[in-house]
Amino acid sequence: MFRLDGKVALVTGASGGIGQAIAKALIAQGAKVVLSGTRENILKEVQEKLGGEEKAKIQVANLTDSESVAALIPSSEELFGAPIDILVNNAGLTRDTLALRMKDTDWQTVLDVDLSVPFKLSQIAIKGMMRRRYGRIINIASIVGVTGNAGQTNYSAAKAGLIGMSKSLALEIASRGITVNVVAPGFIETAMTDQLAEAQREKLLEKIPCSRMGKVEDIAAAVTYLASDEAQWVTGSTLHVNGGMAMI
Amino acid sequence: MSDIADKVKKIVVEHLGVEEAKVTPEASFIDDLGADSLDTVELVMAFEEAFSVEIPEDSAEKIATVKDAIDYIEKQKQSA
Repeated sequence: MFRLDGKVALVTGASGGIGQAIAKALIAQGAKVVLSGTRENILKEVQEKLGGEEKAKIQVANLTDSESVAALIPSSEELFGAPIDILVNNAGLTRDTLALRMKDTDWQTVLDVDLSVPFKLSQIAIKGMMRRRYGRIINIASIVGVTGNAGQTNYSAAKAGLIGMSKSLALEIASRGITVNVVAPGFIETAMTDQLAEAQREKLLEKIPCSRMGKVEDIAAAVTYLASDEAQWVTGSTLHVNGGMAMI
Repeated sequence: MSDIADKVKKIVVEHLGVEEAKVTPEASFIDDLGADSLDTVELVMAFEEAFSVEIPEDSAEKIATVKDAIDYIEKQKQSA
């Protein structure tokens, strides 16, 4: 089950922890993956780890630049000489601060990269997917897009927007064999959360019924399922992967 | 038939997967050729690409038959 043999995926933000885990999981199921990110040296390391050129190709892209965004899908399709079957919009950034202190650029940058870019990439990708009558779009949102989080008005707005966008897009193209879904992670163990003080960590864990932080593999598994043929009847949905922290 | 008409017909056959004989000038994309609303959007985009023209939304809505498409593109090409 959940095999992805012969499929080509594009994962944005593939130099980050979650992006790497997603790429690894998709490759393990037989897919070939284009790793997109800003940091070429890290992408190269990831590529090595995942089995080299044959399994993974690198496409450096700066998603704050609209020309770079417009070129990402076509240039990725050239790398394997095959169309993108699975688009994973995973790249995102944060500019956390309280609303009172938020600068216009903090707001706009997060909305642009976390919401407008996934839309634009989806818009480009679906043209080919519609012709081929097959496609998987998986958008990585966040629990805070549904619950909210102080200090993240911009990020939670973008992630909530991503969920709404995914539903509308799913409706538009469902008849063409293309599904659009969202994975909304809760608190995931990353380099950043490793640095939390023990007391902060304890407090956080109290809120998670499964009493551990999420692993990047927990997210990758959800993405793999939604990318599979077995999930063909699932579209417009948001899969919350948060250890029971918010049951929504 | 003009070059434009030939090309339009070819695009319609390709996109909708219908027999060439069915693509008469009077044929309606939706009523006669089995297109749905998404198909008509795809067709308009294919016309735009093939003929390097821009078909604005309000004009696109009026293109219901093969002849509508041919007439519209011929007119655009003449005025260009």
